[in-house]
Amino acid sequence: MRVRLDPGGPLMVEGPVEVELEDGTVVRSDRFQCAVCVCRRSRTYPWCDTSHRGRSHDGRRRGDEGGRER
Amino acid sequence: MTAIPVRAGPRPPVRPGAPAQPAHHAPPPRPRGELSEAALGALTGADPGEPLRLPSAREAAAVDPLGEDSQLTLYVLYELHYRGFPGVPASWEWHPDLLRLRGDLERGFEDALRERTAGGIDLAAELDALLVEPVHPQDPSVSHHLADTGVWWQLREYLAHRSVYHLKEADPHAWVIPRLTGQAKASLVAVEFDEFGGGRGERVHARLFADLLAAADLDDRYGGHLDAAPAVTLATVNLMSLTGLHRSLRGALVGHFAAAEITTAPSARRMVRALEHSGHGEPGFTRFYTEHIEADAVHEQVMRHEVIGALLAAEPELTADVVFGIQATGLLEERLAAHLVDAWTAGRVSLRVPLPDGPHAGTDA
Repeated sequence: MRVRLDPGGPLMVEGPVEVELEDGTVVRSDRFQCAVCVCRRSRTYPWCDTSHRGRSHDGRRRGDEGGRER
Repeated sequence: MTAIPVRAGPRPPVRPGAPAQPAHHAPPPRPRGELSEAALGALTGADPGEPLRLPSAREAAAVDPLGEDSQLTLYVLYELHYRGFPGVPASWEWHPDLLRLRGDLERGFEDALRERTAGGIDLAAELDALLVEPVHPQDPSVSHHLADTGVWWQLREYLAHRSVYHLKEADPHAWVIPRLTGQAKASLVAVEFDEFGGGRGERVHARLFADLLAAADLDDRYGGHLDAAPAVTLATVNLMSLTGLHRSLRGALVGHFAAAEITTAPSARRMVRALEHSGHGEPGFTRFYTEHIEADAVHEQVMRHEVIGALLAAEPELTADVVFGIQATGLLEERLAAHLVDAWTAGRVSLRVPLPDGPHAGTDA
């Protein structure tokens, strides 16, 4: 199995993956690759929801809405 | 060895094709000007075996390339390469006169996009910019608007706009597959496999969106909101068809796909919040977006590291095209966002035709 750690981002694991949480429950994802949250900010923990991303407070960024919420 | 008959002359073979699921497929849209009048008139009234009289290159160039008439005509001509329209013979797909008109419109469209984007080869800067989330965006953001102040009729309008893409979600990107090799191909196909439900028909993203339309009591037919979708909406899909169908623009298609996947997860999160705020927080409404939060957090990693990385390692000369795809996506999404947020902030309908049961039903949009 191959695992890749994205600097500042999630742990990428080839799926399917089962993750055992602190309370003993096991969650499973059968996606071809899974992004496991390591920053603990995800609201879909243990899966990454991109909450690790930097935030800007000046409100600037190009291309806000993706083509595919899209 | 079987002899293959060779067909001489200009006529394409006529093979009347009955589209699949005709009941779940809306009829062709109404024209919006001379170009779409000519194209739709041909598709619905002429013989695909005969040459056509269509607007010349000069006449096509005289029409605003981002306007209603040009964008609808492009959308209709592209649709022939997807699922077409009920009652329109499939053999129109390769009619040389329609392809000529499509080419003329594509040149105008691509020129308009290139004129309005900065270009360059600083891919890292483009990606870094997409990877920062503005807390209070300066430019209009549809998902911020809907999550903060959106109401149900605006959410329903948004679903109608996006249906012109989501009901063919990930289809345009499939065209790039034979134009890629090695890891870029393998990884893009993995993302597409996920988009198409990982082998399960009921999980195909287009199907999840159709389920959402039905839950919101909206027309869930393929093409059901095409008449209502303005040019600013159609242009976002035409960009995908343009870059998907042209091998010369494969870098741009990959750039577009990456940009879309990178920006989706946070905006899908806000869409879930918007649905919850409007009293539609059940899974029947939110599933499409909750799936995209999780899926696209994966897809953006795969697109950035494996697809773009491998493509540019093999063909570094495509860097400018990847940048163009990202910038053109940003440009068209910003135009759409401005249109939607301006309309809603002023209490106006954002569609060309109000939803039949919306607050502005029976009025002119």
